[in-house]
Order: sequence, then structure tokens, then C-alpha cells
Amino acid sequence: MKKEKIKNQGHVIDIEGLNKSFGDNHVLKDINLHLAPDENLVILGRSGTGKSVLIKCIVGLEDFDSGTIYVLGNNIGIMNEFALNDLRQNIGFLFQGGALYDSMSVEDNLFFSLERNARHLSRGEMEDIIDDVLESIGLLDAKKKMPVELSGGMKKRAGLARTLVLKPKVILYDEPTTGLDPFTSQGISELIVEVKKRYNTAAIIVTHDMKTAKITADRMIIMEKGEILARGTYNEVKQVQNDVVQGFFN
Amino acid sequence: MLRDKINGYFIELTNITLFTGSALKHIFKRPFESREFVRQMFEVGYRSIGLISITAFIMGLVLTMQTRPVMEEFGAESWVPTMIFIAVIIEIGPVVTALLFAGKVGSRIGAELSSMRVTEQIDAMEVSGIYPMKYLVVTRVLATTLMLPILVFYADFLALLGSYLGYTLHNTIGLWLFIRESFDELYFIDLIPATIKTFIFGFFIGILSCYTGYTTNKGAEGVGLATNTAVILSSLSIFIIDLITVQITEMIVQ
Repeated sequence: MKKEKIKNQGHVIDIEGLNKSFGDNHVLKDINLHLAPDENLVILGRSGTGKSVLIKCIVGLEDFDSGTIYVLGNNIGIMNEFALNDLRQNIGFLFQGGALYDSMSVEDNLFFSLERNARHLSRGEMEDIIDDVLESIGLLDAKKKMPVELSGGMKKRAGLARTLVLKPKVILYDEPTTGLDPFTSQGISELIVEVKKRYNTAAIIVTHDMKTAKITADRMIIMEKGEILARGTYNEVKQVQNDVVQGFFN
Repeated sequence: MLRDKINGYFIELTNITLFTGSALKHIFKRPFESREFVRQMFEVGYRSIGLISITAFIMGLVLTMQTRPVMEEFGAESWVPTMIFIAVIIEIGPVVTALLFAGKVGSRIGAELSSMRVTEQIDAMEVSGIYPMKYLVVTRVLATTLMLPILVFYADFLALLGSYLGYTLHNTIGLWLFIRESFDELYFIDLIPATIKTFIFGFFIGILSCYTGYTTNKGAEGVGLATNTAVILSSLSIFIIDLITVQITEMIVQ
């Protein structure tokens, strides 16, 4: 394991030759990518191109067929359930619908994660962390609300707050702006940039929305049918002469 | 076609076994989710009391009303309390209560977990460093395992009261004498297999309902399917376990 860690030279995430199939459907084909610390990497692609499957493989929610994934120096493919669980405390994951626990208030959603991962903290310290995080994402007034009382944008903010209380080193965003109006969508995109600055996190943002990509990306990757078509900064990718790639810019 | 179906059943059986193994592994892993466990005991136990009370009381009443005329014909009317109570304690009480429990609690667990799966709440727990198997499955399985025997004892008692009411419609007998006669031919050894099987019923209702909910993967349709399957599998398991228990008990007695 220690030997494996040496292989990863400062990257938060390193993926080599990743393949994943569901039956005959080959959804990820020889994916290679890395994520540097303090970097926002956007994975852009149409629906069904394997973007969400890719980040679920990164966090160990999906198994993969071949290749290697290193997260914070740990080889995901060879970790057992308990080791993976420990690692996940350093990885935030924002689900498409927020995935808030619907029987708990916003505050309790945050408590639920925090009290199981930071047992050394007192109740008062946990409350301070929760208030601080909720304030930073503009949701302090809604802390007593139940998920059913929240709008789509607020649910995503609350979902993000739930990951931030654990102070993750890397955050994976699954379609953070899908289903939101343009104003809320822009607000969430700006929040992603703000979170990076404030919490010093690296992030992978999976989206099909070029506006979100433009606002949030330090670097971007365009995927189509499980393959990477283009990679680079926004301006570099814009120069790539490919119909699918150009389709996102026009 | 038939071969695929048989293979499918065996694959499902293997998956259930692996799921059960994983749940058992998490029972002994600290920390224990005691608050959720107590909440689940309340949900599966206390909230089933109303349904079980009415059903058990009517069951005792109707059994007595239907048995008494036949026993009267054979001049064995005085045996009615004993006969009914032994039937209730050994077989009817545990099985009927377990079936009601499977319908009420099994469907609730199946629907709750499958809806959590569909809305990615279970995935969210996993990526937050929380063991959903421990928080969601172990607490529910332990709650059903411990609460069903208690509910069965309670149902037996109410069936006894129902039986007393049915008996006194045609006879005059005091409650204490009726209870004494009911217990007359019942030995402590009779209670052991009946009680053990209620624990097993409870465990299987819990684990099968959790399995169907936890492993659903068909969106909104899957929620309905999981709820339905939870009740069917749990109910079926009750009869299979009952059959096995009777065989084992007979072997031990002989």
C-alpha cells in the first residue's frame, strides 16, 4: 500500500486505463485523467456518456472492470469496505438531487454526518461548525427546515453543506446545476468557485452545461460515448476541431 | 427459459445470503446505532399494537365460537379453553401475528429503504463515511427480531381474552378459572419452540424486507416492486420456517 502511494506525485486523483461496462454496454473506455490539489476539473458531456459513472467509480460506489484509480494516494480498487469508508471522509460528493435525508431537518442532516465522523468534537463545537458552513453557503436561515420545504437550489446547497462539514480534501459534483433556473444555476456555479477558495478543495464537476463549466473550470475534459474527446483549459478545448466539442460552444 | 429462471432464483438466494452475512458482520462492529435501534423498536413494535390487538382478540373469539359447538357434540366442551389456548400459543398466534407483522412492517421497511435508494440517500450515507448497512439494516433487523416475540406474547394474551368472551356467550365461568383451565395442559417445554420460531420469523421479516428495499434499482417502479416483494418473501419465509420448526420439534420430542 505504501509503495502504491509513492506512485502518485502530488495528484489528488489519478486515473489510468479505466474501463467499465454494464453488460454489453461499455460506458467508460480507457479513461486517463488526474486532478491536482486546488484544481477544479470539469467533465463535460451529453447525458449517458458515462460522466456520473466515472465519479461513482472514483468514490467506490461503482466497481470498475480494469484500470487503476488513486484517490489521495489510495488505490480504490484494492481497498476493503472499512478502509474505503475511512477514505470517504476526505471526499465530498454532491448528488444531482442533493440526496438529503428526508426524515431530518437541514441541521440534522449535517449533524448526522458530523457526529459519526468527528466523535472527538463536543455538541457545541459541532453546532459552531454547522452554523459556520451554513452561513458560508447562505443557508443559515433554513437550518430548521425539512428537505421537502426547500427549493431545488437550496437542496443542492444543503447537500453541499453536508459534505463541507466534514472538511473534505476533494469534492465530486454530480450535475450540480441540472434542473435549476439560469439564475440559481449561476449562483450554484459561483458557490463552487467560492468553496474552492474558502475551503482549499480540489473538485471534479460533472455537467452538461457549458455555462457552469465556463464559470467553474480551471481545466476541462469533454467526454462522448465513454471516451475523452478533448482536454485542456476552456480556451484550449475551444480550439479543438471536433463536431461534438464544437457543439458545446455553439 | 426454465434453466434461466432456476439460475435466477439461485443467484437471488446467493445475494440474500451475502446480504445477511454483511448485516451480521456489521452487528458486531462498533459504534452501535442505539438511538436508531430504539426508534425502530418503537416504529415496528408500538405502531403494530393496534392492528395486532384487534386481530388477536377477534381470532380468539372466533376460534372459540366455531370450536365450541363441535366440542359440545362430543361432550368435551370443558376442553375448549385448553385446546384453543394450546393452538394459539403453539401455532396460530405466532404465525398470524408474524403474517400481520410482515404485511405492516415488511412493507414499510421495503418502501422506506427502496425510496432512500432511489433518491440516492443510501449512496449519500456511504460517501459520507457512514455505514448504511449498520444504520439502516442492522437496526431494523434487530428491532423486528426482538419486537415480534413480544408482540406474539401480547397477541396470545389478547386471543385468550377473546376466547374467554366467546366461551362465556354460552357458559358461565370466571376469568381466573378460564385462564387456569387454558394453562392446564400447557407445559413450559411447549413454549420454547413457539418462542424460538418467533425470533426467527422476526429476523427473516427484517432481513428480507431490508434486502428488497436496499437492493432495488428500478427507480419509482422499483419502490412499488420492493414493497410488494418484501411482503411476499417475508410471508413465504414464515411458512417455510414454520414447516422446518415443526419437523425439528417433532424430531426432538420423539
